[in-house]
Amino acid sequence: MTGAATLLEVNGLKKYFPIRKGLLRRVVGQVRAVDGVSFAIRKGETLALVGESGCGKTTVSRCILRAMMPTAGSIKFTIAGSTVDLATLPRKTLRPLRRHMQMVFQDPFSSLNPRMMVGDIIGEPLLINGMSDRAARRKRVLELMELVGLPGAAINRFPHAFSGGQRQRIGIARALALNPELIVADEPVSALDVSVQAQILNLLLDLQDKLQLTVLFVAHDLSVVKHVADRVAVMYVGRIVELAETEALYHRPLHPYTEALLSAAPTPVPGAVSQRIILERDIADPANPPPGCAFHPRCRHAEARCRETRPELEEIEPGRFVACLRANELALRGIAAMTGPAL
Amino acid sequence: MAETPILSVRNLHTEFAAPEGTVHAVDGVSFDVFKGRTLGVVGESGCGKSVTARSILGIVERPGRVTGGEILLQPADGGTPVDLLKMSPWDMRAVRGPEIALVFQEPMASFSQYYTIGNQIMEGIRLHMGLSAKAARARAIDLLDMVGVPQPARRVDEYPFQLSGGLRQRVMIAMALSCDPRVLIADEPTTALDVTTQAQILDLLRELQQKRGLAIILITHDMGVIAEMAHDVAVMYLGRAVETGAVKDIFAAPQHPYTRALLRSIPTVMAKPRTRLPTIEGSIPQPFNRPVGCAYHPRCTEAVFAACRTEPPPEVGVAGRNVRCYLHGGLPGARA
Amino acid sequence: MFSFLRAKGPALSKAERYAQATQLQLTWWRFRRHRLAMISGIVVALFYVIAIGADFLATTDPHATDSRTSYITPQPIHFFEDDGSFRPHVSGLKGVRDPKTFKLIYTVDPNRHVPVDFLATGYEYSFLGITTTRHLFALRDPQRGDGIFILGTDQLGRDVWSRLMVATRVSLTIGLVGVTISLFLGVLLGGISALYGGWVDTVIQRTIEVIRSMPTIPLWLGLAAALPNDWSVTAVYFSITIIISLLAWTDLARVVRGKFLSLREEEFVMAAELAGASTGRIIFRHMLPSFMSHIIAAVSLALPAMIISETSLSFLGLGLRPPAISWGILLQDAQSIQSLALAPWLLAAAVPVILVILAFNFLGDGLRDAADPYG
Ligand SMILES: Nc1ncnc2c1ncn2[C@@H]1O[C@H](COP(=O)(O)OP(=O)(O)OP(=O)(O)O)[C@@H](O)[C@H]1O
Ligand SMILES: Nc1ncnc2c1ncn2[C@@H]1O[C@H](COP(=O)(O)OP(=O)(O)OP(=O)(O)O)[C@@H](O)[C@H]1O
Ligand SMILES: [Mg+2]
Ligand SMILES: [Mg+2]
Repeated sequence: MTGAATLLEVNGLKKYFPIRKGLLRRVVGQVRAVDGVSFAIRKGETLALVGESGCGKTTVSRCILRAMMPTAGSIKFTIAGSTVDLATLPRKTLRPLRRHMQMVFQDPFSSLNPRMMVGDIIGEPLLINGMSDRAARRKRVLELMELVGLPGAAINRFPHAFSGGQRQRIGIARALALNPELIVADEPVSALDVSVQAQILNLLLDLQDKLQLTVLFVAHDLSVVKHVADRVAVMYVGRIVELAETEALYHRPLHPYTEALLSAAPTPVPGAVSQRIILERDIADPANPPPGCAFHPRCRHAEARCRETRPELEEIEPGRFVACLRANELALRGIAAMTGPAL
Repeated sequence: MAETPILSVRNLHTEFAAPEGTVHAVDGVSFDVFKGRTLGVVGESGCGKSVTARSILGIVERPGRVTGGEILLQPADGGTPVDLLKMSPWDMRAVRGPEIALVFQEPMASFSQYYTIGNQIMEGIRLHMGLSAKAARARAIDLLDMVGVPQPARRVDEYPFQLSGGLRQRVMIAMALSCDPRVLIADEPTTALDVTTQAQILDLLRELQQKRGLAIILITHDMGVIAEMAHDVAVMYLGRAVETGAVKDIFAAPQHPYTRALLRSIPTVMAKPRTRLPTIEGSIPQPFNRPVGCAYHPRCTEAVFAACRTEPPPEVGVAGRNVRCYLHGGLPGARA
Repeated sequence: MFSFLRAKGPALSKAERYAQATQLQLTWWRFRRHRLAMISGIVVALFYVIAIGADFLATTDPHATDSRTSYITPQPIHFFEDDGSFRPHVSGLKGVRDPKTFKLIYTVDPNRHVPVDFLATGYEYSFLGITTTRHLFALRDPQRGDGIFILGTDQLGRDVWSRLMVATRVSLTIGLVGVTISLFLGVLLGGISALYGGWVDTVIQRTIEVIRSMPTIPLWLGLAAALPNDWSVTAVYFSITIIISLLAWTDLARVVRGKFLSLREEEFVMAAELAGASTGRIIFRHMLPSFMSHIIAAVSLALPAMIISETSLSFLGLGLRPPAISWGILLQDAQSIQSLALAPWLLAAAVPVILVILAFNFLGDGLRDAADPYG
């Protein structure tokens, strides 16, 4: 895995939203939704982006797909041996590149046009990208439907006839239609029922093996991430605070926020909560982040310098990135320490 | 568990007359709630958890109707239990609030945006406890303090939209507790919240329970929350409680195939990275198109009896540990 | 009539038919369950049938005055002769000299029966370029002054029923033309406002606010007073329509803008964009169809407002002017207490106004609920 080439490299990505007020809609401030995010995804791996609501996960994924124009930073995408910076590409040049990266959405209801038949929904990217022959398109759509486990008989049905899990399969089939290199999945299972969630997670795992997909998997839930990710990036208020291989991150987190997130994840083991870390206060406001380390007001290990100096994301061990001034001195608890019997 | 339950739901039925057909949203649910204990009601979306809660409080909205069963509430002074379903709507008003209170899933939707949170808490206090405006305000501030809202004296005059999701849920709990209820029904109190905020709220509920001996009905779809919070558990599937029991029993020795499958399919941080989860095949049927017999049989990998397809299995088991599955008895032939 | 709504083959099961139902079909199925809206829809349809066949349904030339037939009370059509045989007829008129004033006045003569024929010839009119004299019913051989006065006559002796028929056409079409214009303006400006945003949006939105904040009656007064007196009836008709629709497009523009903005956030729109779809495809394939039904509902709620506007303008003498005939003008005749006391049947024009307005409102509500059950 480590030898594989880098497919996507994000550097210093920023996205600020202006806050406007008054009749003249003057800009009175900025929401720093994404404030300097850097990471790389290797070909064929799954990188998970985890964090709580409002930390900027969706904004990062939309910037990468250029559904939004980033404020600053570069997004280097390597395709067929050449590298382009998606962050600065003009719309015209961008359009032919879109087929190489597709998105799976969170909401299985709003992500499918209720007025189009399943076949047309899955076939739309094909049609747009030049497959105008109806029969060929139909054949490919049926192929895709089989791939994601939908009955071919459903091709003429409308989305309203499907359950949430099946709709998510339709969304995945649509994303796969153009054989993309990169799939960005923004919380693809968050809106699903527990029993269906597992089906979709498995489907994603299978598809990745079959098609050698590279996946950016966005989630707010560390337990879901554990089942799909090769590496995990933890975000807090617009920045990545820790990035590491999955196993390492769960066993020995290096950032206090990762530790707290891990300990807060509900575990289906009665009596496992005795040592839960409960964070005080609310998540910081990205329009008005605290000075220094954004996490310091909630951090049990914060010191005076955390209030002043903002830690940068650094590789303190091979493959382990963390943005914490005390990363080297703290011994934080991973999953093994927190619960009694493992499942 | 020789103690008598505060609240005992017996064979509750609630239906909705939907255009597609009658929806049996709650179809024979029974469980008991005890003082100082938490009953976790767990199940996937549409299985009737919220409707059960609404039925208990007598606030099922049309076209819904409670069509059968008993909801027995033990009066505070001992005495014989009263059936809430037989009470007049007027008498029910005296039950909602002082006896049983509800915390909703989406706090934003359950607050009025036009009154301060103080006003909204005080309304209930003044209605039920007959306090003066000043005393009510003092109590509102006390309540906010109790649920851990920082600077309660200032927050009391704020509007709901000025609060974060976690604070709103705390205020919601303060409001529910304003009349000292004996039973608190929390309908997915943390589903809309982040895990770290969820941990705060669950901690608060546990603490309140210890201090006041509250009986809590905690409704959730998250087995992790159940494991953490509940003493007793009722697992629901399509309007029925398919399995009830103490939390340890449910997790250590689940008896219903659905409970077993559900427990296996939960992602956890303990798993090995990138492992497939065992799944439950198929999806939850449409509520108006419920399978005949045991509602779970089309997805069941252990279904072995013809009866599963024709007759819903009866509840079998001893007090507090029941299961609705022919694997554990109740087969029509076996009894004869 | 609704065959296009039916699923293709008969072989589909009920569930499969539901699964393959388009949004249009689903909307229709939901709408069908809405009793009041269905009835209202039928009422509205009937009114437009009347509007189309106004002249055919009229019995007497609505413009023909005759001082002898002034203020005749409503005369029913009798279908049977006294002997029970089926011979439709109305009573004729007879002249009587007023013993005091010696004026000749005409009253109903119940003894003289004038036979009524169906699909018979009456006054001449042209419809879709065809000039004809065919009417639903007419008198067989009327003497001077005879007529079918189902709803009586007005001061100038004109048949109220016939005038009401023609007025229905004018009043209902003024609504249609007006709505078409405001629909065009609304969709165009609302769409531009949403798609371009920025200062374009600000300008359009402020304009809408200014228009909406203007008190309508004085504005109409001013605009109507500006219409030259010597304009033809048609010219006035179109000017009034345009005046009304210039004020009415704002609502539609708001609906359209709001829908565009909320749809732009929909994930399926983003999915199309990420697949590389052009702006045109996104707008016409994804966005417009999604709020067509809202526009239809908004239109069916805007129509009655238009009709009311025309009626009130004309009633106040600011809209259409005689010899044009519209509901407002008919009601204008019923303005004075004297005429009302003398001839209460002149109020008949109020009935279709109320009926149509109510029907349109129920229909619009029903359509909206059916199109957007969650919204
Ligand atoms: N179009 C926008 N205009 C202004 N602010 C925005 C916009 N989109 C997002 N934000 C803000 O940016 C921040 C990050 O939002 P984002 O949607 O990326 O978070 P997220 O991590 O995806 O959260 P969630 O888990 O809720 O989906 C939030 O504070 C949000 O309020
Ligand atoms: N107002 C209503 N009209 C018609 N059917 C309803 C109504 N409210 C609930 N139902 C039906 O009752 C069933 C149970 O709904 P309920 O809200 O109790 O589910 P739940 O278990 O709380 O699910 P969730 O996890 O999604 O909150 C659903 O299938 C739903 O279709
Ligand atoms: Mg998001
Ligand atoms: Mg619910």
